[in-house]
Amino acid sequence: MASSVPDSSGLDSSGLGVRRAVGFVAPALVLIGIFLVFPALWTLYIGITNYQLTGPAAANPRVVGLDNVLEAVQDPLFTNSVWLTALFVLFSAVIGQNVLGFALAWLLRSASQWLRRTVEGLVLLSWILPSTVVAFLWFAVLSRDTGTLGLLLGSPETSWLVQYPMISLIIFNIWRGTAFSMLLYTSALAAVPPSQLETARLVGASGWQTVRDVVFPHIRGHVLTNTLLISLWTANDFTPFLLTSGGPNHQSEVLPVLIYRQALESGQLGYASAMSLLLLIGNLAVALVYLRLLRRRA
Amino acid sequence: MRRTKMFGLLAVCGLLAGCLGQTQGGDQARNADAKEITLTIVANAALGGKNARGANWLQNWVIPKFTEQQKAKGVTATIKFEQNGTGDEDFKTKVALDLKTGGGGDIIEIDGIWLGEFAQAGQIKPLDDVVGKTDWDGWNQIPKAVQGLGEFDGKRYGVPMGTDGRVLFFNKKLFAQAGLPADWQPKSWQDVLDAGAKLKALGVTPIQLNAGTAMGEATTMQGVLPALVGTGKPIYDNGKWQGDSSNVKDVLGLYQKIYGGGLGDPVLQQEANGRQRSFTLFSENKIGILLESDYFWRSVVEPKNGVAKMADRDAAVGWALVPAKTSGAGVGGQDFVSMSGGGVRVINPNTQYPKQAWEFMQFLNSAEAVKESLAGTAQLTQRQDVNDQVLSGDPMLSFIAEKVLPITRYRPGLANYPKVSAALQQATADVVSGKSPDDVARAYREAVVKAVGEENVG
Repeated sequence: MASSVPDSSGLDSSGLGVRRAVGFVAPALVLIGIFLVFPALWTLYIGITNYQLTGPAAANPRVVGLDNVLEAVQDPLFTNSVWLTALFVLFSAVIGQNVLGFALAWLLRSASQWLRRTVEGLVLLSWILPSTVVAFLWFAVLSRDTGTLGLLLGSPETSWLVQYPMISLIIFNIWRGTAFSMLLYTSALAAVPPSQLETARLVGASGWQTVRDVVFPHIRGHVLTNTLLISLWTANDFTPFLLTSGGPNHQSEVLPVLIYRQALESGQLGYASAMSLLLLIGNLAVALVYLRLLRRRA
Repeated sequence: MRRTKMFGLLAVCGLLAGCLGQTQGGDQARNADAKEITLTIVANAALGGKNARGANWLQNWVIPKFTEQQKAKGVTATIKFEQNGTGDEDFKTKVALDLKTGGGGDIIEIDGIWLGEFAQAGQIKPLDDVVGKTDWDGWNQIPKAVQGLGEFDGKRYGVPMGTDGRVLFFNKKLFAQAGLPADWQPKSWQDVLDAGAKLKALGVTPIQLNAGTAMGEATTMQGVLPALVGTGKPIYDNGKWQGDSSNVKDVLGLYQKIYGGGLGDPVLQQEANGRQRSFTLFSENKIGILLESDYFWRSVVEPKNGVAKMADRDAAVGWALVPAKTSGAGVGGQDFVSMSGGGVRVINPNTQYPKQAWEFMQFLNSAEAVKESLAGTAQLTQRQDVNDQVLSGDPMLSFIAEKVLPITRYRPGLANYPKVSAALQQATADVVSGKSPDDVARAYREAVVKAVGEENVG
């Protein structure tokens, strides 16, 4: 398919020879094939059937074509879920984690060593703890009657996860994921030439002006990459299930939770697979937008 | 090049197509004479946790006894007990996934109401197909209605584990404070609401009628269905599921009166662990009236092993029949109503040892084993001979046997039932969150039509 034939040194820079090179790559390709390509195709296929976990359609699934996809886009549960996912990504990742992560990285630059280490340690801790443990802790904080937050604010009758489910999830996810943005921005800020920061200081630029006119142009690529990654992670995050299970009454049912509940609680494997496909397409669209922005910069 | 890719893709799709669905079957006599066997029993029970008594019985009585019995016959039996301690819906998902992938234990305890969908999926098979001859003297001891829990489409799939009945439990201490009688027996829904209004003055939650999707089947079984039979018509009647009938609207109206009128706690219904919390609140004297099955008496507020122990249960907890909407308005012209269900033990069609699994099943359901499983307490077991001995010692359970079972109804054992049940749960969730019963009934009808087809909705 290549339009021009490159010289052999260009094709085989390591000098392995094609056969040996293939031998080296093969195990990785097999793994990718088994654990990535096969499940993906499998999901695509199930998505065009009426396959179910139990009942007659489990024994004899039928191919229904695009019916599942058409049904999904008209399903109020699905549109509700898309909207909630968009809110979740926008507020917890694009705005929350990004801003807080950058703010921490920027402010800790000039902080004393021990303060920086302590804060970084705490922020990292919230990132590396297992989800189940974290969910349990947040349950203890947000539940009714004996929840820590309710006791602190003097309103123990408030059940935060039930009365403010999306806000709770958004704050939770900011807390949970800020560490990555903080780390990324910390190293990005190290790449800003100190001489430029010094010049900005000498000409009397305010903190915000410095960030906007000196720092940001240097780290724009990092911002985009970071936003892309955390958006995709958040859109696919299943932890909300551990906190609210999508409830109350679907008010916090982000897409991964909806898909799980449709597939395993309602047993509609085919329908849920079609929804997964739509989530995948959504993710690809978001990724494309970011990649275009990145390219425009270049 | 492109063509090979297409062929590759097609080949993969073809392979995948072959994997969906399942066809299994085996020789019933496989390993019939094995000298070394391994059997696993799966139950939603855990030592020191959910259904602790059943778990304890399996682990510390059944397994040693059965192993010993087999040893006497020269067979080395390894019996494993796979414990679970989770919500019923999660357990069902797990069992379905196990069976679907050809795994799972040899004997599985499931809710009788899941039988239809598992059977239609081919994930469980009629006992006769799995193990061959199923003659057993125990069948004579199991009443017909209870045997029905283990049957689907006229075929026997498993052995039931007993049954239950639903009543209104109430806290006598709160009732005394509110000036209500200790031998309370409401005659209509209005009587219950009136009692609730008096309890409200005490600052407690007057009534707990399960609602919402978070409680799953507990909402249907301890909420909607007992109320619905109280309007005179069960959910599945004359071959049709009820749509937005006046009966369904009445039930949703009852929910609105309770949760819109300050007689119930709407937030509790929506919490992820609401049911368990409602038990705890009842045991802490913070809920006045609660609709539950005798499970509540046996395993929840039970003073020693309950999940929400009440040391003074016998003195503090009263019970009353669930009234119809008004006297005589219940199904079959009854004044009082109830709903019943029960667990079933089935044999996994993929078991390596069908003959021994059936032997184990008979052992589990022998009079000796069933009596032992009660550990000195009472319960409506599957066996009449055991019930005759144990029930007289417990006023609550004999009440269920004598007064509730004669008037009770069972859920339709159809594969579509769980879908209708889910729609009912959603409908109550909508009412609790403030929507009008009429709007909710319309949405409910749409959901049922989508689930079972227009022609099956009345």
